[in-house]
Amino acid sequence: MAIAVIRVSLVAVGLVWVLAAQTVLAGDAQRYVKPGSQAAHSAACVEETNFMRRNHMELIKHQRDATVHHGIRSTKHSLAGCINCHVSVSPEGHALAINGRDQFCGACHAFSAVDVNCFGCHANVPRGGLLSPAAVAAHGDAAAGARPSPGQFMSDTPGPATGRAGGQ
Amino acid sequence: MKHQEAPLDPSLGSPPDSTLDASPDPSRRAFLGIAAGATAAVVAPGFVLQAQAVGNPRAERVSDVHRWGLLVDTNRCVDGCRACVEACDQENGLDLQSKQPGQSEAEWDTQKAVWLRKVKLQDNLTGRVSNLPMMCQHCESPPCVDVCPTGASFKRADGIVMVDRHTCIGCRYCMMACPYKARSFIHEVVEDQLTRVPRGKGCVESCNLCVSRRDQGLDSTACADACTALGHRAILFGDLKDPASAISQALKTMPSRQIREDLDLNTGVRYAGV
Repeated sequence: MAIAVIRVSLVAVGLVWVLAAQTVLAGDAQRYVKPGSQAAHSAACVEETNFMRRNHMELIKHQRDATVHHGIRSTKHSLAGCINCHVSVSPEGHALAINGRDQFCGACHAFSAVDVNCFGCHANVPRGGLLSPAAVAAHGDAAAGARPSPGQFMSDTPGPATGRAGGQ
Repeated sequence: MKHQEAPLDPSLGSPPDSTLDASPDPSRRAFLGIAAGATAAVVAPGFVLQAQAVGNPRAERVSDVHRWGLLVDTNRCVDGCRACVEACDQENGLDLQSKQPGQSEAEWDTQKAVWLRKVKLQDNLTGRVSNLPMMCQHCESPPCVDVCPTGASFKRADGIVMVDRHTCIGCRYCMMACPYKARSFIHEVVEDQLTRVPRGKGCVESCNLCVSRRDQGLDSTACADACTALGHRAILFGDLKDPASAISQALKTMPSRQIREDLDLNTGVRYAGV
């Protein structure tokens, strides 16, 4: 019984340390994580905070090649994901450009005097969605997970579905 | 979470000094319970964060099992209809471009990025007029890829010809090489890109068969959807390598051509009725 009590106490002490470490890390991260962004409510980034600080550019660069050349969009290291989570919202409800000098990307890059080139081409706020509204409207089922069945084409009356074997 | 499951079996996870008592130690169970709960509490927000994506984002590399293509029935393409062009512009953020101050309308018309345009053909002998949408033809042997000095212009494994803007230096050789006038150059700084279609000054771009839709598991393009929605059904998107696909069936039964088939490029976009 005594051993059990000691074990439980050790676990309790361990948990307290874990929580304390989390709080300290979170407090540290608050210097750049903007209040009101999704990231402010998260316990951790997609990787450990210190790792992200040093290596986020490598992760994004690796992801960019995987996405552009191989079409892989399911991994967690996407720039769109960064922006979605870290963008902050003005009191009027507008998303604020994330590369602004007082925002998540802009503030830290200004401090470290490193130009960030992502936003020459990439949207600096979440805009338009990963799928267009038209695509979601036309393929609601597909967007939710089911495959659409293409109708018979170039005929005046839509005929029986000539479903595509295999899928994507 | 799998690593949590193994020690639950007392016969596997017992330390060497534990007794041979077959019944599991309650404190051990308590410990595992607490540990599992704490792990879940720490990890769960990370998963919730990731659960916002729509569609079925692709997890594996694209392969050459598929080759995406379009079949355009020019007999069904209506004179004056621009539904496909407008749908393409909206899908790909091309309608967000704006004329530079002091730029003439004529200059703007020639310089703005266009992925899809309507072309009217007239046979001078017979006077027959055909309309067709013209875009990147997604050649099997693309001249734009041949001439690109940096490898930015490339063909994806599934046949989509694209520009990797990260390596594009804006030399525009590909625009010169393309027989279809399919590529556009972005001349000015762009401020309001869409998340799904990055766009920036100094890079070339063209139709990519709605590549974000491809990678989210959707089965059509914006132009084909718009054409079908109007009941014209002149544009059919599909997998050229799948003999059962609607486009393969249509190609098998109706006469179709490649534009500039003399160049022997094996285009992924085919036209019927021209």
